Amino acid sequence: MKPSPFEYVRPRTLTEALAAIAEDPDESKILAGGQSLIPMMNFRLARPARLVDVNRVPGLAGLASDGDRVRVGTLTRHHAMEHNPLPGPLGGLLRRAAAHVGHLPIRTRGTFGGSLAHCDAASEWCLVARLLDAEMTVRSQARGTRVIPAADFFQAVFTTAMAPDEILTSIALPALDEHYRTGIAEFARRAGDFAIVAATAAVRVEEGLVTEARICLGGVAEVPLRSAAAERVLLGERWSPELVTAAAEAAAADCDPPGDAHGDPAYRRDLVRALVPRALGLDARR
Amino acid sequence: MIGARALRIEDPVLLRGAGRFAADVIRPGELHMRVVRSPIAHGRIRSVDVTPALLLDGVVAAWTHADIAELPAIGFRLTPLADLLPYRQPVLARRIVRYVGEPVAVVFATSAYLAEDGAELVRLDLDPLPAHLDADAEPTAWLDAEQATWAAGLDVELPAQDSQATAFTVEYGDVDAAFAAPGPGWRVIETDARIGRHTGVPMECRGLAAVYDEAEQQLIVDGAAKVPFWNREAVAAMCGLPPRQVQVRETHVGGGFGPRGELYPEDVLVTLAAVRLRRPIKWIEDRQEHLVATNHSRGQHHRLRALVRPDGEIEALDAAFVLDQGAYVRTHGATVASLTASMLPGPYRIPHFRARAQVRLTHKTPAGTYRSPGRYEGTFARERLVDRIAGELGLDPVEVRERNFIPAGAMPYERPIQAMGTHLVHDSGDYALLRAKVWEKFDLDGVRRSVAERRAAGELAGFGFAFFVEKSGIGPYEGARVSVDSSGAVTVTCGASSVGQGVDTVLAQVAAEVLGIAHDTIRVVRGRTDQFEYGRGAFATRLAVMAGSAVANAARALAGKARRVAAHTLGVPVEDLGLADGRVLVTGDPARALTLAEIARLLDPSGAAELGESPGLTAEGWFHSDHMTYPYGLHAAVVRIDPGTGRPHVERFIVGYDVGRALNPTLVEGQIAGGVAQGLGGALYEEFRYAEDGTPLCTTFMDYLIPTALEIPPIETLITEDAPSPINPLGVKGAGEGGTTAVAAAVAAAVDDALGRPNAITSVPIHPAQVRRLLG
Ligand SMILES: Cc1cc2nc3c(=O)[nH]c(=O)nc-3n(C[C@H](O)[C@H](O)[C@H](O)COP(=O)(O)OP(=O)(O)OC[C@H]3O[C@@H](n4cnc5c(N)ncnc54)[C@H](O)[C@@H]3O)c2cc1C
Repeated sequence: MKPSPFEYVRPRTLTEALAAIAEDPDESKILAGGQSLIPMMNFRLARPARLVDVNRVPGLAGLASDGDRVRVGTLTRHHAMEHNPLPGPLGGLLRRAAAHVGHLPIRTRGTFGGSLAHCDAASEWCLVARLLDAEMTVRSQARGTRVIPAADFFQAVFTTAMAPDEILTSIALPALDEHYRTGIAEFARRAGDFAIVAATAAVRVEEGLVTEARICLGGVAEVPLRSAAAERVLLGERWSPELVTAAAEAAAADCDPPGDAHGDPAYRRDLVRALVPRALGLDARR
Repeated sequence: MIGARALRIEDPVLLRGAGRFAADVIRPGELHMRVVRSPIAHGRIRSVDVTPALLLDGVVAAWTHADIAELPAIGFRLTPLADLLPYRQPVLARRIVRYVGEPVAVVFATSAYLAEDGAELVRLDLDPLPAHLDADAEPTAWLDAEQATWAAGLDVELPAQDSQATAFTVEYGDVDAAFAAPGPGWRVIETDARIGRHTGVPMECRGLAAVYDEAEQQLIVDGAAKVPFWNREAVAAMCGLPPRQVQVRETHVGGGFGPRGELYPEDVLVTLAAVRLRRPIKWIEDRQEHLVATNHSRGQHHRLRALVRPDGEIEALDAAFVLDQGAYVRTHGATVASLTASMLPGPYRIPHFRARAQVRLTHKTPAGTYRSPGRYEGTFARERLVDRIAGELGLDPVEVRERNFIPAGAMPYERPIQAMGTHLVHDSGDYALLRAKVWEKFDLDGVRRSVAERRAAGELAGFGFAFFVEKSGIGPYEGARVSVDSSGAVTVTCGASSVGQGVDTVLAQVAAEVLGIAHDTIRVVRGRTDQFEYGRGAFATRLAVMAGSAVANAARALAGKARRVAAHTLGVPVEDLGLADGRVLVTGDPARALTLAEIARLLDPSGAAELGESPGLTAEGWFHSDHMTYPYGLHAAVVRIDPGTGRPHVERFIVGYDVGRALNPTLVEGQIAGGVAQGLGGALYEEFRYAEDGTPLCTTFMDYLIPTALEIPPIETLITEDAPSPINPLGVKGAGEGGTTAVAAAVAAAVDDALGRPNAITSVPIHPAQVRRLLG
């Protein structure tokens, strides 16, 4: 569990970082919190020839409200997300989601953008980003800045739409008004483990009617899965526990989860059925 | 002092970060060893080419089996059945690889990084063969005649061997006759029980640092644990040195639990390299290696059949079990199978008993002992059976147990079988009393009622318990020397070993009690073959009994010597002298006294000669035993099941344990807490799983799930001292394993109860998915 040889560079500016990675994009890796990359290197599953450590690049961390959106810098640590001061349903969702990420030491180093770039299907941040249709801003030396919507960003296990020479710089999330109900629920055998199945929800209820419904599941597909079936069940209907149960049923029926040692497909569907209501604050029995 | 909640004398060093673990032993010019391991579960070795590794800058040496062909396979330390000899493990794979992780070659380099780079360059040409993974399946061809003959090392031609390494029966009474002639209304009640493959996983992986000291002409081996004296003999033989030229020394240890400290291939490679290369050699196991290289354990499948009278009394028990041994038989020989069979009857009389053991090889990591070996497995099987008897006869599970308990009046109770080569004699015990005390202290009737009420209200809550007998204090001997220097400072030197259990503290307490001094002024030296001649090791919960008694004897001998000298010097009869506060004083006239320091100075060689004593205020003591002691206990669990996910959540865990005499109750509680945590691991989380081709699926802590503090409930304990052991001077029985023994049995019973389905759980670990399925 010692990494194979690599070169380490620590640029002071984004321009330098982009230049460092542009020299040999296929053999280089950005180092953010290192909480996924370093274990992979120690297992020799990742063997970058060059590590570009962006931790000293200024301006890449922090949350900023920008009208109807919130901009999250890629280097914002999970721990900062857990203690973010944002008001309303978005702040609450981010705080609760962050608390599920690993253990405290991991949260103090791991970053929001690192999670998205790493693209694990059970990652809380990937789920939240897909749930809220986040927009990722990425940059390269050759092609400058572009924005990738979440629906396109997550492509497969550990694979995003970013090119090897691109650096994720920030992520835009919609500020949610107070009519939203948001939440996250997940199941892991032990506290702090990656979820076997996770469910996140953001449902807007005004005067008893569902005016917008977003349900996103983790652990049931290669990438975070928006459950169109569950969202259809909810949208336009009168908000009630029964409605949520029906949405959970629809989500379970509609997904086609993989089976592995942590759970066969039928069990994962059971978990979806159990967790969707919990993500919406119902059925707290556990 | 004995019986006090004394602070651990080990802790000041550890808490200040001043401890020395294997990796902290750093020597100039050291080489790092990296083992090249088989990537496949079974295959023929066509060739192993280390040349590419040798070409890498910094790689100093690289070996394959051909380079160490003169070394025999690794021998047995315990239960060395002759049948097992052909199944011993070569130090590096020979002709065939038999599990993923088997050492095939080894690389020595100037840094751990380069060693790993070099290991990657070793070319393995392996011809894959089908993997045999199911120990329940009929035995298959395993060793050809040449391999069997070589591994057995007997200079006798052996025939080919199949995958059943050994099978044996432990029995008394007449089981067949009993089953053939049941009385009216007697029932035959059966159960099946499976215990998953898991093991003790210490936070500190294994490690060893060896150097051949040219100036001293000594091979010094640091990082040993558990059995340094046995390992010294083995290492000396393997390296062709007389034992007096080998020093094996314990370092601090980040967890033992059974697997750590045994003689493994890596230990032989490190020490041999130190001799051959004349450079300091270091090997620090990494976690991924650890989970495929260090002994696994458990992995048993039991089938139990009981003949039961209408009142629940078990007339006969007919048991058969298969032990999944993995690819080789290591240092423990047949210990786990043997203990499983002998300890299966537990606290119950059972007039007719038979247990048939089958030890079978599979293409998995070899298995050995783990905290409560054989008892965790056997207790699960037996207590599940007893619960089933209660269910089928409509009796209370407490009643069935009490009806079968060996009565207190029958102690000492001899079961006419052997355990670890000793006659199995329950030395003392009052099982019904402990049951009653635990019931009262924790109001278990109230707990059962409240659980039933919660269930009536729709919650999936359950209560379960199990009873067990442990064993501890295996002999044959342990010794100690207690010495007082010219300042009066006391040192206990002994053959004991520490795997972190607090043995230094307990031995100091025993010496302190006899000498009337503070325990934290005593230095304990142990685990060093250069400081003491003999030691049997830290395993089988033996040291409080064996080393504790030896220290008591040594301290008493020292006190006797001190009083003789004081009597002479003060001119009073020996009978008039007592010991208190580090002084020998005249009873009735305490102003007339000599300090231990003064006596020690009087005993310098000249003074001693005048006094007709041997030099020095020092004395040895030994303790011999040919029987074990049998502590016993009860585990109870309250469990709640999440109906949505099927996850059992253990809300409370209760342990009642009689240890005869608790030398230090805090340490006993600590042992129990850690033991319960490991027991819960085996009951709910930990399991080594394999793909169909024999690839291990649990090689990181993401997949091998050790419970953390967040998963472990508060552990409530009642330690009793109702049955002191009559076979040692302290009355003590061991406390090291009883936290683990019945956890799986108690949790399974509680899950059954929560589900409202008797006998639903017959295997551990209990998977949430399986519970969810049972919920329909
Ligand atoms: C024990 C443990 C438990 C964990 N549990 C969880 C959990 O429950 N949930 C969870 O979501 N995560 C979990 N994690 C992972 C953790 O959240 C990581 O922090 C996260 O996955 C990656 O973020 P990082 O900043 O550490 O990225 P790094 O490890 O530094 O990088 C990860 C990958 O992203 C790339 N990358 C990083 N930043 C950028 C960027 N700005 N632009 C382009 N590429 C980039 C890197 O090159 C690398 O390929 C756990 C980790 C550990 C060790």
